[in-house]
Amino acid sequence: MTTKFTPDHEYIRVEGSTGIVGITPYAQEQLGDIVFVELPEVGKVLRKGDEAAVVESVKAASEIYAPVSGTVAEVNNVLTSEPGLVNSDPENGGWMFKIAIENAAELDTLLDADGYAALTR
Amino acid sequence: MAAAGSEDLKQTPLHERHVAAGGRMVPFAGYALPVQYPTGIVAEHKWTREQAGLFDVSHMGPGFLMLAEPSGDAEADHAAIAAVVEPLVCGDIAGLGPGQIRYTLLLDETGGILDDLMVARSPVFAGGLYIVVNAATKEADFARIAAAAGERARLERADGHSALLALQGPEAVNVMAALVPGAVELGFMTYGVFSWGEDKVLVSRSGYTGEDGFEILVDAHEAVALWDALNADPRVRPAGLGARDSLRLEAGLPLYGHDLDATVSPIEAGLGFAVSRRRREAADFPGARRILAERDGQLARKRVGLVVEGAPAREGAEILDAGGKAIGVVTSGGFAPSLGKAIALGFVPPAFAARGTRLQVSVRGRAQPAEVVQTPFVPHRYFRKSA
Repeated sequence: MTTKFTPDHEYIRVEGSTGIVGITPYAQEQLGDIVFVELPEVGKVLRKGDEAAVVESVKAASEIYAPVSGTVAEVNNVLTSEPGLVNSDPENGGWMFKIAIENAAELDTLLDADGYAALTR
Repeated sequence: MAAAGSEDLKQTPLHERHVAAGGRMVPFAGYALPVQYPTGIVAEHKWTREQAGLFDVSHMGPGFLMLAEPSGDAEADHAAIAAVVEPLVCGDIAGLGPGQIRYTLLLDETGGILDDLMVARSPVFAGGLYIVVNAATKEADFARIAAAAGERARLERADGHSALLALQGPEAVNVMAALVPGAVELGFMTYGVFSWGEDKVLVSRSGYTGEDGFEILVDAHEAVALWDALNADPRVRPAGLGARDSLRLEAGLPLYGHDLDATVSPIEAGLGFAVSRRRREAADFPGARRILAERDGQLARKRVGLVVEGAPAREGAEILDAGGKAIGVVTSGGFAPSLGKAIALGFVPPAFAARGTRLQVSVRGRAQPAEVVQTPFVPHRYFRKSA
């Protein structure tokens, strides 16, 4: 199991041909209290870098981009009633959507944990 | 996430306290100010509604307008200083009693709002007014007031060498009782000068949250000590600009530069109460013709409160009628922590302004249901003394 990161602070945890996407602890900390999460529709086809979801803090909306191309396989509907999970548990309970990865080679363009850590240091 | 231009920003006397408390400093009206502390906006907001939040509002523009040659006759001197300010605003300044504060509007010749501000009659000095204007407009406001005063009065700005603290929430009165006991005798929208230790502080019973509370003007040298003394009370926690904004939005209070600007008149803004009766009857304020016509029903748009279903509608979002036609725009919007839902202020034609009207807002290209509701969204809890 590998986890990769974008410079925009999304993570994608790869399990076989599926990626679980959310935002990093650093990102949730920067955004502050998340009060609303808008999730993509299951079946939606995303290109790498497409706007996939939106998280709203008290003050502002922030787009979440698809780290890789693929098809939305599942969304975390719990976030509709408990958006605060993105703050309290961003890497587990606060995941946003699962994507069927179209081209695994795109993962190589993303940051690894060390590279991401260096970015946010 | 670079702190762009932070070196150009002014700092308030409490800057180091904010940084030490982990405040996230952001540029606001030329100042570096905390948008939130580590607890976050929602916690700070709720704490203020339940206990007492402490805000640094030193970026605002407090000042004193003093009659140049007071006669010593308090009433005559007040009438003279009121006559300096009244041509600029729509409020009855002459009618203020000693220590009384009035919310009023600085208007241009067409009745557009140049700023909203507090004007108060000094409880101490004959011919003295205490004025507090908004941060972003303070240079222009003070220039306008000074020009109107000419040789008749002297404007002394208090920003720069003072700090302005706002203590807001139901416990604020109990906190003040321990520190500045005399201040708890103040009723809503009055002020006085009180001893705090060996120093003097100017305390008003006012604020921008809808809660009971106080705003305290203190000399810059004493500001940190007062901040610390207030924070030492377990009922007090610091709160940042983020909570200040969400609190004022729930209280239905407009924010200058967003809900109000020079294109907006007092009647459009739902601030008809700020056009004092005496001024209305005399029609002697800037833009009186337009404003009085609007008051008589010739109104193109009106500020309303909206409860929004789904994602918050932010400033700039279009307001649509039930059929999807664009009829107005959101001027402030966000999530209301005390209500757990999205709310907004915006302008619509009067035909759509009635409570209960079903409208829509466009968020990221999608229409979401919204309903016109009465403001404040959260009831005010001011401490009004019975006359």
